[in-house]
Amino acid sequence: MKISVQEGPFDAGAELDAFSHGRHEVGAVVSFTGIVRDREGGLVAMEIEHYPGMTEKAIAKIAEKARARWDLADILVIHRFGSLPLGQPIMMVATAAAHRRAAFEAAEYLMDYLKSRAPFWKKEVTRSGEHWVEATPEDEDALSRW
Amino acid sequence: MIEIVYFAWVRERIGLPRERIETGAATVADLVEELRGREERYAAAFSDVSALRVALDQELSEFEASLSGVREVAFFPPMTGG
Repeated sequence: MKISVQEGPFDAGAELDAFSHGRHEVGAVVSFTGIVRDREGGLVAMEIEHYPGMTEKAIAKIAEKARARWDLADILVIHRFGSLPLGQPIMMVATAAAHRRAAFEAAEYLMDYLKSRAPFWKKEVTRSGEHWVEATPEDEDALSRW
Repeated sequence: MIEIVYFAWVRERIGLPRERIETGAATVADLVEELRGREERYAAAFSDVSALRVALDQELSEFEASLSGVREVAFFPPMTGG
């Protein structure tokens, strides 16, 4: 299991290749990459703040819960912090399992929990000013299905 | 002594990322009351605790929780990772 909370960029393709390589028991790898997008026009960058120490623990806890729930061969979580320009990957998760259903479900579970239970806060820096991204009721609702 | 850390707009409203304080507060809610009474910027940051989350020693917790044995309290808005 690899969990990385980092300021620098990562190569999602290379990470996925390394994660998928040489696993004879694995029949399915699912990955998700989150990218900085321009929601309302005029976005310059996304600034991501986190809680060093708690972040790593919270992600490890979420990953352990996923492993207890699905039969997974491995999990990868990378999440960046700092100032990220438009179009840059923010984070990725990957799951490896014998079968696709476990890999898909676990990837969604990880994403739902990372969104509202890992201590990251996003601030949008736009040409007209900056504002904190607010959590939505949908973020919280997403957890209830698990 | 207890370490208090603030994130995102809570940090911006209060104007500092962390501070160490001496407090007799028994629970998180008591600590919030104490902080609110300090200065306007704290009152502004803690005006609506339903908009806030709290972590005790880096674990998510509740405002009713006891501060007994706690070394670090963090206040922040709902998280927006992913």
